[in-house]
Amino acid sequence: MKIIVCVKVVLDPEMPASSFKVDAATNKVIPPKGTPPVLNPFDENALEAALRIKESAGASVTVLSLGKNISKAVIRKSLAAGADRLVLLEDDAFEDLDACTTAGLLADAIREIGEYDVIICGREAADTSAGQVGLGIAEILGIPSVSLAGKVEFADNQLKVDRVLAYGTETIGVLLPALVTVGNEAGALRTPGIKAVMEAQKKPLTVWKAADLGFSQPQTRKIGVRKVFQPVHETKCDIVTADTPEEAAVGLARKLREAKVL
Amino acid sequence: MADYQGVLVHCETSEGKLASIAAELLAAGKSLAGELGQELSAVLIGSDIAGLSQEVISRGADRVYVVDQPLLKDYLTDSYLQAMVKVIGQAAPRIVLLGQTHLGRDLAPRLAFRLNTAAVMDCVALAIDPATRRLLMTKPVYGGNAQAIQVCESDPQVATVRSKVVSPLPMDSGRQGGVINVAVDIDPALVRTRVLARKAETSTGVKLEDAAVVVTGGRGIGGAEGFKQLAELAGTLNGAVGATRPACDNQWISDNAQVGLTGKIVSPNLYIAVAVSGSSQHLSGCSSSKVIVAINKDPEANIFKSAHYGIVADWKKALPAFTAKVKELVSG
Repeated sequence: MKIIVCVKVVLDPEMPASSFKVDAATNKVIPPKGTPPVLNPFDENALEAALRIKESAGASVTVLSLGKNISKAVIRKSLAAGADRLVLLEDDAFEDLDACTTAGLLADAIREIGEYDVIICGREAADTSAGQVGLGIAEILGIPSVSLAGKVEFADNQLKVDRVLAYGTETIGVLLPALVTVGNEAGALRTPGIKAVMEAQKKPLTVWKAADLGFSQPQTRKIGVRKVFQPVHETKCDIVTADTPEEAAVGLARKLREAKVL
Repeated sequence: MADYQGVLVHCETSEGKLASIAAELLAAGKSLAGELGQELSAVLIGSDIAGLSQEVISRGADRVYVVDQPLLKDYLTDSYLQAMVKVIGQAAPRIVLLGQTHLGRDLAPRLAFRLNTAAVMDCVALAIDPATRRLLMTKPVYGGNAQAIQVCESDPQVATVRSKVVSPLPMDSGRQGGVINVAVDIDPALVRTRVLARKAETSTGVKLEDAAVVVTGGRGIGGAEGFKQLAELAGTLNGAVGATRPACDNQWISDNAQVGLTGKIVSPNLYIAVAVSGSSQHLSGCSSSKVIVAINKDPEANIFKSAHYGIVADWKKALPAFTAKVKELVSG
């Protein structure tokens, strides 16, 4: 079994809301000081899903990432966690791409990698929240897809995917090769040991430039960004005070009653 | 290039009924079609759903495309894609709207890529740009820390719309409209997935998305035990229990209870956030609640910026007293 996992390095989405700023002139985020980049959380779940298949059914796991100046310290975490190979599509031209161009480039790279049975992606990236790159890759490659997976397993000679629905789950059987997108329900990425982290530092990386993929201009771009802004939703909070927490709680309930909220 | 005209809305159904998102999308689509001076069409896909056509018209559609076939009983990406592609070929809409539901999230990207266009997912506002007449789509980015206004430069412009950002139009049962039955020759060889099993999570009480009162616990609750106390308060108010992502990730409560950008979107009359810090990701899922009440021991917690009422207190001390007083007030 050959698995390809697509991952993206993003600004830490857990950064404090107060440190988040947008440059209104360029519509770009000003990276907050002291907030290091991280692997996109859903992509970590995707890698974990791949590693679980590797353990139960045997597989090689190739991690694929696209970007400009990808943080090697961050991306090597996937090797430390158990991926076998890392392919980086890295070029100055790979900045501010839309979902269409991103999916096209990743699909090109996957064709270049050649053999694969399963492609696993996170269900969306924490920065652009585009939510369509994975399924776009499947469409470009002409393979079936299952989205929003909470569990992926290879059993009885087929891939079984538990899809998380609003009120439960459905198990989908899918013919291979296939693409799966996963959410946080798939489980947190394992923490690699020190030895694995050290070994990952020494493993070679495969780096492909734009020219290697025949990429010159983002002709495939279809989505334009008109404006990025921070929504203002500050309300005036009526804080009920009292000598003890219990009295404050009772005061709060009374106030809600007076306001006819209760 | 074909001459794309009008707005097409996918009307999702659930257990033989129109889903609430369908009525919301019809209202959104009606307003956009009005701005363009064009028509609003709808598409119903499924098995035994043709009977819903009049309701779709009553909710604002000028025309309904109906694809009613037994093979479409279950949502499967490949079969629904074939149906949508056929209808879009016939209707040639400028704008296609779907819900940001598990169906829309799955179908919209594949549909857009198949039509060689693009989708913008999870829109919270839609408008027509007066200058270019193209669709301006506003969506959260960076985990809800920011919003982006995006434009799709190719037709049809595909968008998914978050639930509860548009109010449905009142039913006008006298409204007239056209019903067009579309037969799709679904090629089973091209349907590469199948449903092996389905498991409904047994939910006790009110569904989170429909609840008029939601009591949500955050990381500060500290364990599954605390959620029992939240359930008691929720039960008193005939409400539902929600949770933040960290609480779900720690398995203090089911993933189905997660409120936020990556969980469920709620807009109850009363939202009580207990030990919730108020991350953008979380607020994105509850900020349209009518009244937000926060109980948090940190006076600097971000939740107080979105809350209408609050107390700065340790929830362990405050909540039992609050629940007891609420019980007294609502029973009295």
